[in-house]
Amino acid sequence: MPPRAYPKESQALLEARPEVRESVTKAALHFDKNRARAYGEVPIEAWRDFAAQTKEHVLSRLDRYLEEAEARLVEKGVTVHYAEGPEDAHRILGEIVRKEGVRLAVRAKSMLTEELGINAFLASQGVEVWETDLGEFIIQLAEEPPSHIVGPAIHKSLEEIRALFAEHLGTPEDAAPEELAAAARRFLRERFLKADLGISGGNFLVAESGTLVLVENEGNIRLSTSLPRVHVAFVGIEKLLPRFEDLSVFLQLLARAATGQPIGTFVSLIEGPRRPGEPDGPEALHVVFVDNGRTAALADERAHVVLRCIRCGACLNACPVYRQTGGHPFGFVYSGPIGEVLAPALLGPKEAYPLYHASTLCGACAEVCPVRIPIPKLLLYWRERAAREGLLLPFEKSLVRAYAEAMVRPSAYRLASKAMRLFPGVLKSETLPLVRAWTRLRAGLEPSPRPFHELWEEIKDEG
Amino acid sequence: MKVALFATCLLDQFFAGAGVATVRLLRSLGVEVDFPRAQTCCGQPAFNAGHWDEARKMARHTMAVFEGYDYVVLPSGSCGSMLKVHYPELFEGLGEEYQRAVDLAERTYELSQFIVRVLGVEKLGDGLKGRALAYHHGCHALRELGAEKEPILLLENAGARIVPWEADRECCGFGGVFSVKLPHVSVAMADRKIDTLPEAEALVSTDAGCLLHLAGRMKRRGKPIPIRHLAELLWEARNAA
Repeated sequence: MPPRAYPKESQALLEARPEVRESVTKAALHFDKNRARAYGEVPIEAWRDFAAQTKEHVLSRLDRYLEEAEARLVEKGVTVHYAEGPEDAHRILGEIVRKEGVRLAVRAKSMLTEELGINAFLASQGVEVWETDLGEFIIQLAEEPPSHIVGPAIHKSLEEIRALFAEHLGTPEDAAPEELAAAARRFLRERFLKADLGISGGNFLVAESGTLVLVENEGNIRLSTSLPRVHVAFVGIEKLLPRFEDLSVFLQLLARAATGQPIGTFVSLIEGPRRPGEPDGPEALHVVFVDNGRTAALADERAHVVLRCIRCGACLNACPVYRQTGGHPFGFVYSGPIGEVLAPALLGPKEAYPLYHASTLCGACAEVCPVRIPIPKLLLYWRERAAREGLLLPFEKSLVRAYAEAMVRPSAYRLASKAMRLFPGVLKSETLPLVRAWTRLRAGLEPSPRPFHELWEEIKDEG
Repeated sequence: MKVALFATCLLDQFFAGAGVATVRLLRSLGVEVDFPRAQTCCGQPAFNAGHWDEARKMARHTMAVFEGYDYVVLPSGSCGSMLKVHYPELFEGLGEEYQRAVDLAERTYELSQFIVRVLGVEKLGDGLKGRALAYHHGCHALRELGAEKEPILLLENAGARIVPWEADRECCGFGGVFSVKLPHVSVAMADRKIDTLPEAEALVSTDAGCLLHLAGRMKRRGKPIPIRHLAELLWEARNAA
């Protein structure tokens, strides 16, 4: 379902599956609490400044850093590809699959490969593919997309996971979480050992050293990228960092923002395929730099800052709108605050409508963003563009025009004020369009018996 | 000191008593208060929904209405932020109008911040002794104006106890037009506030919009607690002294 369905889908989810709200709220508030504690332990404001400036710098010279990264990667024996969008990515991956005779692939959690629809493509090529991150594995069994950047299955309750595992892996109906994890491990271990291809994303890619950096907590990414013969990493072009030493801040900042950890449990720094004499690692390593709308976003002077994003998910956890439904109703790979501003930047404001309206502009997201993306400002920017480009319903524009005309005429304002009190039923109506959007879920509005501007006339001469 | 009260349209219509309280409170602190009669709405709903031409129209009107006052005081964090933070954005690059917007922004204060920061008053009286209140931090007051300490300071210094509330800094889900564009998400957010609300004699905030939304939802669910605008309580703090 497309972003356009958000109003309907969010309502349907809240009405039909209230347990999702409960699971997501609990998990997101837990993440957010840990983040707040972890931020408090370090000079976080200075780190955020550094990270924001470093990302801005990379974005302002992206062409140069891409060339540098490519040169270093090639020196290290990596095959470098560029993909403009999903079709390119599929073509590149399809050639590798055919050349290497790939039958079984393991995938290490990556949002970019979600953007590109890699799983469906591999299936169409007759390749069996397994998600190896526990959360991703759960939603693969459930045939659902991720609902959170970092915790793809946070919308799932323990009961649902038990039922899924009982059905697919034959675990007992009352299995403890440890038993479930062990069952997934047994199932996946076999696939790791048999897989011909490992697919990953990339958290960072250091231009000066050609280092692909992957951060995780489960060890599945390390296995996916070192056991199979071939490793293909899809990396968004905005993921570059200039210097190796930049990682000292970014690795810690990412982990603290995402989960409140000082650093990810496993950090893989990959520099090329297996070299002679090395005991493990793939025979071939491909890095696919992916654009998929990023160059166009970069050209937008106001909106390009969204490309600083390091996919930590902190804004989702902090967002009270996201916490009511989780990510599915957004209808886009990325949900919550960052999804609301990434969608129009990558897809265009028409395709992304009305995601950038799914916010009260409360500002909780900007307060936690490790790279200081001014998300509320960007939401306003896209709303303004949508209104200017005529993407809103025509009646909204007429309504706003009429309201503005009334508000610059104090006499009209006061007349409306009187009318409201002459017809008190209007603001309590559960049938009038617009009014009912308020009254169906809330008690009707009751104006003060007399407005303040009338009371003023009585108190203006008080001592 | 010539101070203009910008009552804001929501307060004018739905919390008229808080307007009276604001005037009496400021006068009791030695401030000369005027209420320019041509004031209407600051234009925030249009601005937030992306209709910036219409928002500019209303902002121009508002800027003209409040010309010539030393200060403009609003019993609202949200509309206060519209004038103080967003009017300059709205007129960015528009030369003289931008200057006028910045000039108004510099003279504009939310009520509790005006009392603490401009008047330098931290204790209004003892009128709230023994009162247990839940305080909802409106998002724009909290994050755009930084009005986190001032309302609490004034309430506590008057003897009130602010009860701990895990969701006191979370958005209530009002969000202006958001409340009717996405009503189901909006009330789910209100429910989170209401479900975590500790026992208190009243729910207090500086924003009429949040209060209307929370009160409307509580009433619909059949478990209302009284809602009070911050200005009314600050006047009680002072008046009973």
